[in-house]
Amino acid sequence: MPRPGILAALSLAVAFAALAAPAEAATIEVTIADMKFSPAAIAAKPGDTVTWTNKDFVAHTATARDKSFDVMVPAGKTASLTVDAAGTFDYFCKFHPMMKGSIAVGE
Amino acid sequence: MHKAIGAALLAFSLAFVAAPARSADKLNDAQIAHIAYTAGDIDIKAAQLALKTSKNADIIAFANNMVADHQAVNDKALALLKKLNVTPEDNDVSKGLVAQSAETQAKLAKLTGAEFDKAYAANELAYHKAVNGALEQTLIPATGNAELKALLNTGLQIFQGHQQHAEMLVTMLK
Ligand SMILES: [Cu+2]
Repeated sequence: MPRPGILAALSLAVAFAALAAPAEAATIEVTIADMKFSPAAIAAKPGDTVTWTNKDFVAHTATARDKSFDVMVPAGKTASLTVDAAGTFDYFCKFHPMMKGSIAVGE
Repeated sequence: MHKAIGAALLAFSLAFVAAPARSADKLNDAQIAHIAYTAGDIDIKAAQLALKTSKNADIIAFANNMVADHQAVNDKALALLKKLNVTPEDNDVSKGLVAQSAETQAKLAKLTGAEFDKAYAANELAYHKAVNGALEQTLIPATGNAELKALLNTGLQIFQGHQQHAEMLVTMLK
């Protein structure tokens, strides 16, 4: 039978843990249509997930200029990437290089 | 060898762009659709030769994408033509394209290794430039049906992407 003092300490610890935990990871959606990423520029926090939904009838990629990621997005499909490192990542489509976007990952 | 291909390409591009320009007012939608379909089909065949010949990962990725994209656009075109009850109509421009591409294919087929990769990339760049120019300046403006025009415009955007991709390859293989 736990004593009330321990219960209080436990609930306090839980409350602190909740306070200290980072904000829940978000999902940022990018649509690909008519050969464009939209929005082209997005902001994210480490741990967030970026999804690309391709509404075109040809495949595209989201390929980082610094080669840190290379996501294939088949026609009519969605693909995602979890961003961890902070920084600004310019990306483009390998198949249609005029398609450009960027992800700014901030703390 | 390279000089010969270059000369053939130049002749090819000029013939392709000039021919529809001369007879633009005579081209109907069924002929325009045939030209667009044929142009895509030719690029698929060139890509298939590249997939058979090349060992370069970037060339192989490019060729795979050419097959997939041009097949997708051509499938859309066929579906639309069926819906519109239009039968693609062979014509002199299409015939010229096929004849020129047979020559180019024969020349490419004699090459191997880095020589092939360079020539294929250069050909793809020149070919997409020529086709995109013809689409933009001649074929799309001459298209009557709004849905076909919209599809050709979408195709043009995709092929402009290919042109840029080919340009990157040419630069990389220098
Ligand atoms: Cu693309």
